[in-house]
Amino acid sequence: MPDNFAAGFSEDAHSESHNPALLHHFAEPQQQRDAASLGMWVFLATEVMFFGGLFCAYLIYRRWYFGDFAAASKSINMGLGATNTAVLICSSLTVVLAVWAAQTARRTLLLISLAITMLLGLTFLGIKGIEYREKFVEHHVPGASFSFENEPIPGHPGQFANPRHAQLFFSLYFVMTGLHALHMIIGLGIFLWLFIMAWKGRFTPEWHTPVEIGGLYWHFVDIVWIYLFPLLYLIDRHP
Amino acid sequence: MSGHSKSSPLPTYFAVFIALLIGTALTVYAATLDLGRYNAAVALTIASIKATLVALFFMHVKGASEKLTKLVVVAALFFLFLLLGLTMTDYATRLWN
Amino acid sequence: MSMSTAIPQPTIPHPVERENYLNKEYGVWSWLLTTDHKRIALLYLLSITFFFFIGGFFALLIRLELLTPAGDLVQADTYNKLFTMHGMVMVFFFLIPSIPAVLGNFLVPLMIGAKDLAFPRINLLSWYLYIIGGVMMLHCMLTGGVDTGWTFYAPFSTSFTNTKIVEAGLAIFVAGFSSILTGLNFVVTIHRMRAPGMTWSRLPLFIWAHYATSIIQLLGTPVIAVTIVLVAAERALHLGIFDPKLGGDPLLFQHLFWFYSHPAVYIMILPAMGVVTEIIACFSRKRIFGYSFVAFSSIAIAVFGFLVWAHHMFVAGISIYSALVFSFLSYAVALPSAIKVFNWTATLYKGSIHYDAPMLYAFGFLGLFTIGGLTGLFLSALGINVHVTDTYFVVAHFHYIMVGGAVMGYLGGMHFWWPKISGRLYPEGWARLAALIVFIGFNLTFFPQFLLGYMGMPRRYYDYSHMPEFQVLNVLSTAGATVLGVGYLLPMIYFLWSMRYGKPASDNPWNAAGLEWKTASPPPTFNFDEEPVVTWEAYNYEQLDAPHKEEVPVAR
Repeated sequence: MPDNFAAGFSEDAHSESHNPALLHHFAEPQQQRDAASLGMWVFLATEVMFFGGLFCAYLIYRRWYFGDFAAASKSINMGLGATNTAVLICSSLTVVLAVWAAQTARRTLLLISLAITMLLGLTFLGIKGIEYREKFVEHHVPGASFSFENEPIPGHPGQFANPRHAQLFFSLYFVMTGLHALHMIIGLGIFLWLFIMAWKGRFTPEWHTPVEIGGLYWHFVDIVWIYLFPLLYLIDRHP
Repeated sequence: MSGHSKSSPLPTYFAVFIALLIGTALTVYAATLDLGRYNAAVALTIASIKATLVALFFMHVKGASEKLTKLVVVAALFFLFLLLGLTMTDYATRLWN
Repeated sequence: MSMSTAIPQPTIPHPVERENYLNKEYGVWSWLLTTDHKRIALLYLLSITFFFFIGGFFALLIRLELLTPAGDLVQADTYNKLFTMHGMVMVFFFLIPSIPAVLGNFLVPLMIGAKDLAFPRINLLSWYLYIIGGVMMLHCMLTGGVDTGWTFYAPFSTSFTNTKIVEAGLAIFVAGFSSILTGLNFVVTIHRMRAPGMTWSRLPLFIWAHYATSIIQLLGTPVIAVTIVLVAAERALHLGIFDPKLGGDPLLFQHLFWFYSHPAVYIMILPAMGVVTEIIACFSRKRIFGYSFVAFSSIAIAVFGFLVWAHHMFVAGISIYSALVFSFLSYAVALPSAIKVFNWTATLYKGSIHYDAPMLYAFGFLGLFTIGGLTGLFLSALGINVHVTDTYFVVAHFHYIMVGGAVMGYLGGMHFWWPKISGRLYPEGWARLAALIVFIGFNLTFFPQFLLGYMGMPRRYYDYSHMPEFQVLNVLSTAGATVLGVGYLLPMIYFLWSMRYGKPASDNPWNAAGLEWKTASPPPTFNFDEEPVVTWEAYNYEQLDAPHKEEVPVAR
């Protein structure tokens, strides 16, 4: 494997182009960059397993209670969900633009891209808030006041969804989208920090690693939503 | 990720962006069609294509300097499928006989 | 923690003490804000020892209760809390961190020739997360504790018990992130920070073992983390996922729980295997037999370990077809471990065996891990499993591996690397005595439990007065636990003693192979005075022993 061997001792690396961001235990900037990148990818692998447990629970109950889940799925707002999907896709674009801007020393574009990314993230959360409020008003939040009576099972006229099974759907809905939203909030925090660093002019074409690895995190959160949207919102949308 | 790129990556980014939006519209449309048990498969396939595009082009897995990045991605997916698949050996066969 | 140089040592002329990681800076903040992996390792050493005492205290109470058939020491609810807290503390706050956080943190950079881990500040964060989780767990225990068993199965944990599940769960969640970050640090370090010439096939097998362990920590821990989130959500927010009243499946909890908790046992044993490999090579004066087999078997254990979790659920209600699959896979996971045992044995064959304390622990490990592993195979057989599930047979099995295996490995490693860590030699005579006491105490404690379990004594029962004939074996077990306790106390005492009065250690008191032995004991803060360049293979004992031909030659 073509891994870096340098263990951080050579004095030459320090005397050459000593980047103030180079940490002392690394031999050269490339090694530090590669370490940060690998670290973020490995962290994202742990996040795959974190969400994976929820997808596992979802898969099992959807199989067991398909009709009830379909009825519950139909009751959440597909328009808002699709809009949010588009919002996140736009934000992924602004993220890659931000990385490109950092690579090519385009400070203004970098700042604008980071700012728009945050704006889109806030939009996502805002729309999510509207959705949650809708669910609260309709008594679809699991707990004492949960109610899901007389909801027809799509494709089975005359049959009504079992409210208890529907409650399972909503439990998963809130946990999965809630955890996703928490990751969005953390992402916003990360991008705010990136914005501040960019404003202070800390990023150069030689060193902009935080933008790259922050971008990786954001794209991952986008990918989770790419799966959440069809699984939660689109079980059965036959008119 | 290096300083000198042969040509601008921007066209690729915008192409992927459009593809992702089209994919989203497609998946919403497909959900309105009655494909029986294939609705789920279609939805997941489109989602996987979108996810792959994001990973390959936005996260720069394609053209990554090392196989290690791809190995990490593959490993994560492998263990995810292990979790889902082996758990399903229980749930899928509980009612047999 | 300061290494005082003021103690006069008239018989050992000691030059002005070189600057090392211990004496470079003094003061509490230089320790609490350190990013030096060696200091962080010692911070962990203190913390996990503290939790070992707590877990051990609960064990003491359990064994005291079981001296008599009647439940007369504590009430049933209290007993439930005792075995629960014993399990949670020992698993999450002692065993899982132990070797990786102490020996791994200390040695991984040294063994690969690096100045530090890839992310030193994240390393410190790991320790603080561990402490926060630990404080939360302590608070939980002091305000009532948990009574569900360390496995906190739903729906008892989600719907019925009144004890502090959410707090305990969150404590474990936080400690779990400590574990994930340690694993992340090790993986990136091993990939990115090896010294020139340190190729993958020249790495000490201790490193391979920790790499494999890190894979498990990274990919398994998140699943129990999300499971804890679901349990907390169910209790606090009434978001029922495991609630049968809603159509939820309690077995889903068990699937998600054991998906991590089975690989977790490999987190506990793989590092110990790495330690044992280093010790056996050094004290046989031989290269490990079958280096690649041992290296790849570590990775195989990490992967296979994820395939077998439902063998904890054979009688819980899973489908019989699924049980057959998991039973078969559980047999398969024994293969890489068996390969290691064969390789260690083959290394010993015609080796020049030295019986220093680390080697005594390694021998103990070999025997006890083999017994523990074999009884695991018995448990993988569906027929036997139905008979002995939830009996003391299972308790004995996992204590043979976790205590007879992992703890012995940990103690052996602490002895082996103590000179490097502290710059002092421990008293060898006392160490050998302690090793013997541990071995005897261990077997006396846990072997009777195999018999008890096979005869039908259930686990987690505080009262066995319906089977008073079990008392004799229980008394033996408790007596053994007392002996074992003495065996554990002795090293704590003489290690502390050695920091002041022990003989100063040379760079390489064992004449062992490995980069860590090529720097001072204790090492300087940045590990090596000059960057090492590796041109030799691992375990080059032939070379190391060659200049000393008058000693017992390395047999071939």
